[in-house]
This record gives sequence, C-alpha cells and structure tokens, in this order.
Amino acid sequence: MSPITLIKISLRALLRNRMRTFLSVLGIVIGVAAVITMVAMGEGSKKSIKEQMTAMGTNAIIIMPNRDRRGGVQTESTESLEEADVIAIRENATYINGVSPMMTVSGQAIVGNNNSPTTLSGVSSDYLKIRNYEIEDGVMFDDDADRMAKVCVIGQTVIKNLFPEGNPIGKVIRYKSIPLKVIGTLKTKGSGDFGQDQDDVIFTPYQTVMKRFSATTNIRQIYANSIGEGYAEKATEEIMGILKERRSWTKPTDPFRVFTQEEMIQMVTSTSDLLSLVLTAIAGISLFVGGIGIMNIMYVSVTERTKEIGLRMAIGARGRDILLQFLFESVIISLLGGAIGIALGIAASEIVKNFMNWPMSVSITSVIVSFGVCFATGVFFGWYPARKASRLDPIEALRFE
Amino acid sequence: MDKAPILSIQNLRRDFKMGEETVHALRGVSFDIYKGEFVTIMGASGSGKSTMLNILGCMDRPTAGHYILDGEHTEKLKRDALARIRSQKIGFVFQSYNLLSRTTAIENVELPLLYNSRISSAERHRRAVKALEMVGLESRMNHLPNQLSGGQQQRVAIARALVNDPVIILADEATGNLDTRTSYEIMMIFQELNRQGKTIAFVTHEPDIATFSGRTITLRDGLVKKDVINENIQDAKAAFEALPPPEEFEE
Ligand SMILES: Nc1ncnc2c1ncn2[C@@H]1O[C@H](COP(=O)(O)OP(=O)(O)OP(=O)(O)O)[C@@H](O)[C@H]1O
Ligand SMILES: [Mg+2]
Repeated sequence: MSPITLIKISLRALLRNRMRTFLSVLGIVIGVAAVITMVAMGEGSKKSIKEQMTAMGTNAIIIMPNRDRRGGVQTESTESLEEADVIAIRENATYINGVSPMMTVSGQAIVGNNNSPTTLSGVSSDYLKIRNYEIEDGVMFDDDADRMAKVCVIGQTVIKNLFPEGNPIGKVIRYKSIPLKVIGTLKTKGSGDFGQDQDDVIFTPYQTVMKRFSATTNIRQIYANSIGEGYAEKATEEIMGILKERRSWTKPTDPFRVFTQEEMIQMVTSTSDLLSLVLTAIAGISLFVGGIGIMNIMYVSVTERTKEIGLRMAIGARGRDILLQFLFESVIISLLGGAIGIALGIAASEIVKNFMNWPMSVSITSVIVSFGVCFATGVFFGWYPARKASRLDPIEALRFE
Repeated sequence: MDKAPILSIQNLRRDFKMGEETVHALRGVSFDIYKGEFVTIMGASGSGKSTMLNILGCMDRPTAGHYILDGEHTEKLKRDALARIRSQKIGFVFQSYNLLSRTTAIENVELPLLYNSRISSAERHRRAVKALEMVGLESRMNHLPNQLSGGQQQRVAIARALVNDPVIILADEATGNLDTRTSYEIMMIFQELNRQGKTIAFVTHEPDIATFSGRTITLRDGLVKKDVINENIQDAKAAFEALPPPEEFEE
C-alpha cells in the first residue's frame, strides 16, 4: 500500500471521529504548547542577556582579586590590584589594545535643584573602547593631561536628569560636594531588557577617584580589551603572567580572577540551560501522558473496526498492511497534536511578548524536536494497538459484532 | 473443460478444539473443481459448508488433507503467503456484504487492489469501473453503502470480488439476506459471469438457487453426501421474469 493511500485512510478514519480525535490529542497539544512557550521564554531571556553583554564589549576582559573561601567565609584576598598593574599590562601585553581600572563611588550628582543617583566610575580613556562607548559632544579626558583633574564625561540619562534644557558641556556637576566639569557627553547606548541603564554613567579619571573620593590606591577591577575575537584566552594568560611576575608569585593558586566576555555569557546562560533541562523533563512527562491517551484511543479504534480489519484481511491485506495502517493513524494523530501544540505555543509566545513585555524567542530547535518527539510518541504508543490489529484472525474478526 | 482442476481438495479435515471436546467440522472431503464450472454447495446447517469455504478461500487452514489451488499447495503456507493468494486468486462474497461504511461503492471495489502494489491507481480505477459495469452499477459509483439497497450492496460486493480477476469466486450464502426477486437478480449476474468463463463455488440453503448451477455438492456432517451434475440448468433471467410481479399496495 502506498503511503499516500495510507495517509488518506488514516485521515478519513480520524475525521470521522473529529471530537474524539481532538480530545485524544489534547494531552499532546498542551504538552507541546507549554514546551514551545517556556523554551521561547528561556531562550528569549538568554538572548537578551547575551545581547546586553555583547553591547558591553565583545572583547572585554575583567580582572579582579581572587577571594579565598575558607570555612564558608569569604575573606578579601591580601593581593590587591594597583595602578602599577594597569601600567604593566598596558606596556607589556601584546594581546591587549586597551586597559582601564574601574573604581566606583556611589552617590548623587547634583546640579542646582536637579539630582541624579548615578554611580561615579573612575576609569582611563581606554574604557570607552573596551565598553563600546562613543563620544557625542566634547572630548574624553586625557590620561596624562587630566590626571586627577576635576572633569567628567556623562551619559544621556544623566544629561536628562541634570540638564533638562540640554547643552551640558562646560557646566559643573557636584558629586559628594566635589565639582566636576563636564568636558564630554556619550552617545546613547540604550539598555537591554534586564540590568541597568547603560546611559546612566559618569566617567572621571581614576586618579581623581583615588585622590579625591575614596582615598585608596587599591583598584577593585581592571578592564582590558583583547585585540580580537579568539584572543581572549591568550590575553588572559598573558595578563596573569604579567601580574604574577610583578609579585614573584609562586603559589599554585592564581592571585586574581580573570573573566572573559565569553565566560560571563556562559555563566549566565548555564542557568538557562538548567531551566531548559527542567522544561525538557516536563515535556517528556506531558508527552508520555499524551501518548497514553493516544494508545487508549488506538485500542478503541482497533476494537471498533475489528470487522473492517477482518474484511481487509479477507481480501488480501497482510498483517503488515494492517499494522502500517494503524501505525500511520497514530502517528498522524500525534503529529496533528504536535502541529496544533506548536501553533498554540507560538501564539502564546507572541501574547506574552506583546502584553507582558517579556523577551520571547521561539526556537526552531524546540519546534523540530517537538515534532520529532510527537512522531516517536505516535510510533511508540501506536505500536501495540496496531500489532494487536495485525494479529487478528480474519474469520473471527469478520464475525465480530 | 480443462484436464487439470483449478481447485482440488483431498481428504480435507478440520477439527475445532473446544476445551475437552473436539468438533469435527470436516471429516475428509474430496472433490475437484474445473475451470469454468459453477458449483453450488448445499447441506444442512452445521454440515461444514462455511468451514470448507473458508479453507477454500485461504482464510483458514485444514487440520489435515490437501488443498491445491491453481497448481499451488496451500496447506503449509504462512499467513502472508495466504494473504497473497487471497489478494491475487480469490474473490469472496459474503452473506452480509461487508462493505466499508462511509466509503463509496467505487472505493469499496478498489479495496482489494490496494493490497497489490503492482497496480497503479489509474489501473485500479479503470478495473473498478469495469467491475461495477459488469454488475450494472456504474451509475452508483459514488454512492455510499447506506444509500444503496441490499441487492445493490451485494452487487458492489460482487464487483469487489471480481476486480482482482480471481481464478475462483467463492460465495457463502450470498443471497441469504435477500428476497426471492433480488436473489434471482444476483443469480443472473453469477450466471453471466460464469458464461464469461468465471469459476464459481456458491454455498446456499435454497434448492431453487442450486438449479441455476451446473453441479451441486451436498455436505452432511462434514462429508460429501452427493456430488451431482445438473443436466437441466435453469436460466435465472427466465426464472426472474416468471416471478409474480412485486405486490402492489392499495392506497
Ligand atoms: N470457530 C469454530 N469453533 C468451534 N466450532 C466451530 C467453529 N466454526 C464452526 N464450528 C463448528 O463446525 C461445524 C460446521 O460449521 P459451519 O459454520 O461450517 O456450518 P455451515 O454448514 O456453514 O452452517 P450454516 O448453514 O448454518 O452456515 C458446526 O458444528 C460448528 O459449530
Ligand atoms: Mg455457514
């Protein structure tokens, strides 16, 4: 029997019992729809986080002190980063084309009656390149000429908060009562769906922060920029080598932690991967339950059509022909359920996206896998009823009332 | 008539085990049927007619004995091989028509050919139309069984038995559910098929049906009691026309 004939026979049998067919695939429909939606949710947030981290700078590398964990208590490592490290990296590293300390001060920026609760970041001029910021108006401070200078470069959100009438260049903002002259503004970078506003920034030379704000020469983090994609690992090794050499480091553990952009993305997305795993398990369970529904309906169908099976055998159908007929039927039911489920899942994803503003991304993989799993469910759960049908005795089947 | 029989059974036995007891439905039946013969099989209820016909139709296997159909020994064949013989060499007509419901006449007729992969769908359609023409139902091709009378349904079933061009047509009380007029109409079709060279074995209870055939085998208790050539074959068409007209009901 040709597949087309088999499909025709199956569709006819299924259309004959529309309601019953619909109810029997409901389990699969709901299971698949839920999986598609939840995976879209997981993938959406993963993608959005990734985008945001990429916006941060694809080649960014972050160096920070390694915290010892002893007895569950976190202790600040004795090793700390200092300006000399920044200079050593800048001068010696070959896989790096930019390096900047990062020192933060929390507080309020004030201009007249306006204020902005923006963190003050002490950086060097390389920081713009590392984090993909661009100057819109004015200039970035110069690392040598503006050493310890009371100047700053501000983002668009800060401009909105402090200078509603615009034109901030040359004006002075007060941060913790220290006046900082605005010498440049940043182009807008926008914000991702999560995390903080990347335009809500005030940059000032790091020496200014060291001298005037925090009174410390300890640097919490150093940002660096590798010379291109694929150089992150080499750059990391190189930096670690330089830092160890400066300290004549001999201990087996590293004094600092170095994160590359890639690692950070992996860290964030591994949470999503776990979520995906849980979702897959749920999908498996719901499809199993749906499959049992299909098995049940196939048994009913075989019993109901015993006489038809007898007749088909009497006029020459082999057991194999009958087996295939019912197997096709169960596969078509489950694929039908899968297709409806996928459509529902995509629709639900669109609704969540548009009405709840959650970043959704329907993954093609989840659609293909759902379809594949539905096919397997149809074969697996249709097998026993179909085999039962194929083993009927034609005479007895024909006598069945 | 050809020398070699188209169908030959030798000492055919069929036992049914019913718990402790064994029912001997057939106790050693032997006969040959030659190409072009129209044989009726008679006998009391329980004499083994259906049991024998099911074996002849390769739906059942004998407990002992030989059955050679069209030169092929069938007693030892497996399920699939028997299905192939049913598909290619046998046309079966049942008492209760056994048409697939909600399936048009032509699709019912095409059904046996679906299980023969060598026949294209165009060929299938062509043959089904021809078979329906032979039973005079080409105008009802797209009707569903429940839109047809009992006699018409049986004619569709006969067309279905013809469509694979079988070496023998087997009918088990094919007129059993029909009134006399309709039965005679059906017999007209069988006689016409026989005239065109079809070999037919027809189980019946009614002696008048047997008079339309060329030979009658009578079974009793699973044995052949009589096997006689009918010298005076009645013409079903003439018999049909001789019947009193259908009763008219007065208003
Ligand atoms: N599947 C079966 N299991 C047990 N006994 C059976 C079976 N089929 C037939 N028999 C027995 O075999 C004998 C012959 O039955 P069969 O159906 O062949 O009779 P028949 O001549 O066709 O009768 P009828 O004219 O009533 O149709 C009967 O005694 C019947 O009870
Ligand atoms: Mg019988």
